[in-house]
Amino acid sequence: MRRQSAKPKWTELAVGSAIDVPGSARYYKTGDWRSSRPVWNSEHCIRCGVCVIFCPEGCVLFQPDGYPNADLDYCKGCGICLHECPTGCIRMVEEED
Amino acid sequence: METRTGMEASIAIAEAVCLCDADIVAAYPITPQTHIVEHLSELVADGKLHANFVPVESEHSAMSVCCGTSAVGARTYTATASQGLALMHEILFIAPALRLPIVMSVANRSLSGPISIWNDHSDVMAERDIGWVQIFAENAQQALDLTIWAFRLAEDRRVSLPVMVNFDGFILSHTIEPVLMPDKETVQAYLPPFEPLLRLDVDAPVSMGPVGIPDIYTETHHVQQVLLTDAYGPIVETLDAFGKHFGREYKPVETYRADDAEVLLLTMGALGETAMEAVDLRRERGQKVGLLRLRLWRPFPFEDLYRAVGRRPVLGVMDRAISYGGPYGPVASEIKAAFYHREQRPRVVEFVAGLGGRDVPISDFDTMFDALFDTLETGRVPEPRLVGLRE
Ligand code: SF4
Ligand code: SF4
Repeated sequence: MRRQSAKPKWTELAVGSAIDVPGSARYYKTGDWRSSRPVWNSEHCIRCGVCVIFCPEGCVLFQPDGYPNADLDYCKGCGICLHECPTGCIRMVEEED
Repeated sequence: METRTGMEASIAIAEAVCLCDADIVAAYPITPQTHIVEHLSELVADGKLHANFVPVESEHSAMSVCCGTSAVGARTYTATASQGLALMHEILFIAPALRLPIVMSVANRSLSGPISIWNDHSDVMAERDIGWVQIFAENAQQALDLTIWAFRLAEDRRVSLPVMVNFDGFILSHTIEPVLMPDKETVQAYLPPFEPLLRLDVDAPVSMGPVGIPDIYTETHHVQQVLLTDAYGPIVETLDAFGKHFGREYKPVETYRADDAEVLLLTMGALGETAMEAVDLRRERGQKVGLLRLRLWRPFPFEDLYRAVGRRPVLGVMDRAISYGGPYGPVASEIKAAFYHREQRPRVVEFVAGLGGRDVPISDFDTMFDALFDTLETGRVPEPRLVGLRE
């Protein structure tokens, strides 16, 4: 699979600026849009999966320890997970830099 | 083999589209383009053209359908004029950005208001920057020929851009003239089957027309500028090939009795034919006037223009539209800009004539030639002038 750079030169664009590589959106890391990141407190987590389903980036996944967490390469800090979590176990922490 | 016949320019264009075996015609009828679309629907209904005729509900939909069908690899044609072209406006930019080789005839007509169904170039001038190849025909034969050529150029894989063939509404669209109609075999030998650069294909999925974030938009627009500018080479090549194949020559800038002319007038479109008559009459009186006919409008043929003007001190430009509150004539303003950095540049005298279907008789050309000789003598360039204005 040809990997497209997120910042191609004009000579590197595909014909008609089409996306000719399926699934190439994963090469575009939306994580640098974030001004704050979600932090989970698994003590109150009932593992309902609502945060996993509602995350618009699809970047919240159940981890090997059985609790959800976000892939910060893609989490854009929208806070939807916090808003939807029924037990209030997610809070947003401001990114320092 | 070709047949000599008398035919309305609009019908000749529809017959050309039929000879080119268009797969899709998506169009909305609008005066003065109507006869093209009517005749194409007849050709499809009679089984002479095996195309899908899509009777859309507006020109916005017509151009949207054209983008979709061209994207799946169908040879796509549409035609419009005036308000219809204006209604297509937002979709017109999409076609070149996506490299879709759509061919469109525009029966040039003025824009409202006041409401006018008659001829001028205000419709096409408002669409100058859409990124299409834009060319002008002066008579029915040219309208027919350039339609065939447009498919060849648009689908050239080095180009793969949409092409607009402009021909003046009514004064050309509704005029019956003798034309040489080629046969299908001859056209097919000139126009190979359409092999798109990229197509929507379920077996090889692509996304066409995705968002262009600020990180990418600049680069995509540089690509469009380079592509349209570089289309010049293939344009000249395919026009030359047309000349060899069909025996009729076309150039980005054409001249008439210009070689020894003291003053030159530049026209675009069908009024070039009247201008040639006016030149002949002046020549009979021993006055050395000549004509430049700007055939290719986009990409702009800078070098051809410089060659055609040469060292001539006075160039008149006849516009068919006004850039209100700006540089007046849109064509003249581009001509002046083209010469700005050149040491050898003519004095450019600007005229606007034939707005909203106003006749431009020989006497109007005489007015223009008189003004050009006046500038030649005095060196003074008059203010831009609306020829025929009642004052
Ligand atoms: S903040 Fe938004 S993007 Fe990040 S994990 Fe939560 S829902 Fe997903
Ligand atoms: S929505 Fe809240 S409770 Fe449900 S899995 Fe996510 S963090 Fe746990």
